Amino acid sequence: MSLRRKDLLGLEDLSREEIDQILDTAERMRGIVDGPVKKLPTLRGKAVVTLFFEPSTRTRNSFELAAKYLGADTVSVAAQVSSVQKGETLLDTARNLEAMGIDAVVIRHSQSGAPHLLARALSASVINAGDGIHEHPTQALLDLFTIRQHKGRLEGLKVVIVGDIWHSRVARSNIYGLSKYGAEIWVTGPATLLPPEIEALGVRATDRLEEALEGADVVNVLRIQLERQAGGYFPSLREYSRFWGITREKLALCREDVLVLHPGPMNRGVEITSDVAESDRSVILDQVRNGVAVRMAVLYLLLGGGIAVG
Amino acid sequence: MARLLLKGGRLLDPRLGLDQEADLLITGSVIARIEPDLEPEPGTRVLDCRGRVVAPGFIDLHVHLRDPGFEWKEDIASGTRAAARGGFTAVVAVPNTRPVIDNAQMVAYVLEKARREAVVKVLPMGAVTKGQEGKELAELGEMAAAGAVAFSDDGNPVENAELMRLALLYARQFGRPVMDHCEDRTLSRGGAMHPGPWCTRMGLPPFDPLAEEVHVARDILLAEATGGHVHIMHVSSARSVDLIRWAKARGVPVTAEATPHHFTLTDEDLYRAGYDTNYKMSPPLRSARDREAIIAGLADGTIDAIATDHAPHHRDDKEVEFALAANGVTGLETAVSLTLDRLVRPGYLSLERAILALSTRPAEILGIRPPTLQVGAEADITVLDLERRVTVRPEEMASKSRNTPFLGWELVGAPVATIVSGRLVMEEGRIVAGQ
Repeated sequence: MSLRRKDLLGLEDLSREEIDQILDTAERMRGIVDGPVKKLPTLRGKAVVTLFFEPSTRTRNSFELAAKYLGADTVSVAAQVSSVQKGETLLDTARNLEAMGIDAVVIRHSQSGAPHLLARALSASVINAGDGIHEHPTQALLDLFTIRQHKGRLEGLKVVIVGDIWHSRVARSNIYGLSKYGAEIWVTGPATLLPPEIEALGVRATDRLEEALEGADVVNVLRIQLERQAGGYFPSLREYSRFWGITREKLALCREDVLVLHPGPMNRGVEITSDVAESDRSVILDQVRNGVAVRMAVLYLLLGGGIAVG
Repeated sequence: MARLLLKGGRLLDPRLGLDQEADLLITGSVIARIEPDLEPEPGTRVLDCRGRVVAPGFIDLHVHLRDPGFEWKEDIASGTRAAARGGFTAVVAVPNTRPVIDNAQMVAYVLEKARREAVVKVLPMGAVTKGQEGKELAELGEMAAAGAVAFSDDGNPVENAELMRLALLYARQFGRPVMDHCEDRTLSRGGAMHPGPWCTRMGLPPFDPLAEEVHVARDILLAEATGGHVHIMHVSSARSVDLIRWAKARGVPVTAEATPHHFTLTDEDLYRAGYDTNYKMSPPLRSARDREAIIAGLADGTIDAIATDHAPHHRDDKEVEFALAANGVTGLETAVSLTLDRLVRPGYLSLERAILALSTRPAEILGIRPPTLQVGAEADITVLDLERRVTVRPEEMASKSRNTPFLGWELVGAPVATIVSGRLVMEEGRIVAGQ
């Protein structure tokens, strides 16, 4: 069993069947993560490089553990932000790694489309671990997995994504994934951070948080970045928190069994209060654990596929 | 004196109201005779033009020859060969070179190198400000005296409104237009793609058309106030077209150009192409509505000219992350076929209007004598085959660069001969002139 594709660049061009296949495989991988012996021989002899041009702890560690649990060798490259003016180009960096015999490149890059550039040039698999403000497919897959785990389905759920939608690759990948399952997707945030014509992606958009939260099954709270304040998108974190931060009071507008997700790392007291993050409605740590399982599934389906698991 | 006889072509010069089948004899650099049936004297070269259109020579108002300073991308020899292949008898050389063409000596350099190496006419453009830095006016009068036909800081807008006002007033004394790359950078914010559903999907930084429109509106008001001629380069948005139409109705001395990529492609095409950097330029490809407005503007004359913004780049500048890739696409060798295939064939533009936009209006904008099919006129002539099917092939291009989104496109209609001052420099897509 394997995906009939070399790369995982985003959820936009994945079919629902392919996503189902990844999520189903992740179910079995989750069993391995939960088990006492976290080592499979499935990807023995395969080499995976994580090539991160942006700081990340969670995603990189998650990928590296996923690869190790499947028996692959891993190497981690923390590169400086690529620049056409100075030093080696992105393509040259990747071609050098490929020349060393790696089978997959897990790339995070500040530029949208950077993984696509690599995918065209390399015969190794390319896995997008976040490109600019475009996609972060494995984050959305672990979000879908976590919602499915707790709700038993994705169809018909009202899922609200809150925050800086414009600059969020997590939002885009979630929209692409959830819309394939017929979820009712809402995006909300300050008007300055709602992308133009976002409705064309099959979502409802509003700058009124309360309208979006009304009766929600799932609230996915995005991290707000301080540099957006300097960009003029909102005046202060304090004001952001007052109008857009998710508190217990605002959460009461949602369904009682609402799930609260956050891709991390959290700014406690800004986009989410600690009591919400630590409440019984929060599945934030489940997301992290599921992230390893989902990434194992992706690596397995792209690189291995031959040997049955679990 | 060399004689060249264009036999049996359809002579089409809309400025004169000329549309007739006739023979045209060139002696030396001049059109000597136009008659229904001319017998070639011995020694006369005959070009069979039956079934073809003989038009006044095409002028491209906006060409980055990259010379001096970026000769690995293009130079005067290669760029003018690309122009000849594309049916252009003259090109306006944009001054964002290294060093910048911002003084009379640099204008002289371009003209002197062109005299030695060019196969079509090169009309130098001078910078508006010293070093194109937007701080102090360059020596516009000195450059005009040395042969500069227009002024522009292209690549950059003239950001300072007062400086632009003064530039228009000052350039007016010398009868030269100021050509502006209209972009309010506080609004474009380093964007790379037209904002809209496709940009939202791709997650590229948005380049808002407001950046252009605000600047176009400003330039129109400054032109009206000063009486100076402003020319809006590479118009990309529907509201810019509306603004220019409004200004022309008021009698403001404003002219405008649009590029083949903006009348052919949209932001959706960029989306379909993935992150192909050959679809990256400034201003970016815009929405279908904008594209339609540009075509309508060309059709009703609001947009005066078709200009390529030929911007050659080495592949090293393009094989990088999308937002980091150099802006610009080549255009000289595809512009005329795109005009014929995309505008004239579907009936959006008459052939007459296309010829005005490619030949007559560009000359009038520059204040030079328009190429014309009249006895006694200098023989700058473009011959078209409206039925010729061409495939855009990189290996056939004369430009040093291949950064075009039209690779592999099949188009109907092409230039088949380019004649510059009586000299046949291109025939059937091949350069036939030496140095």
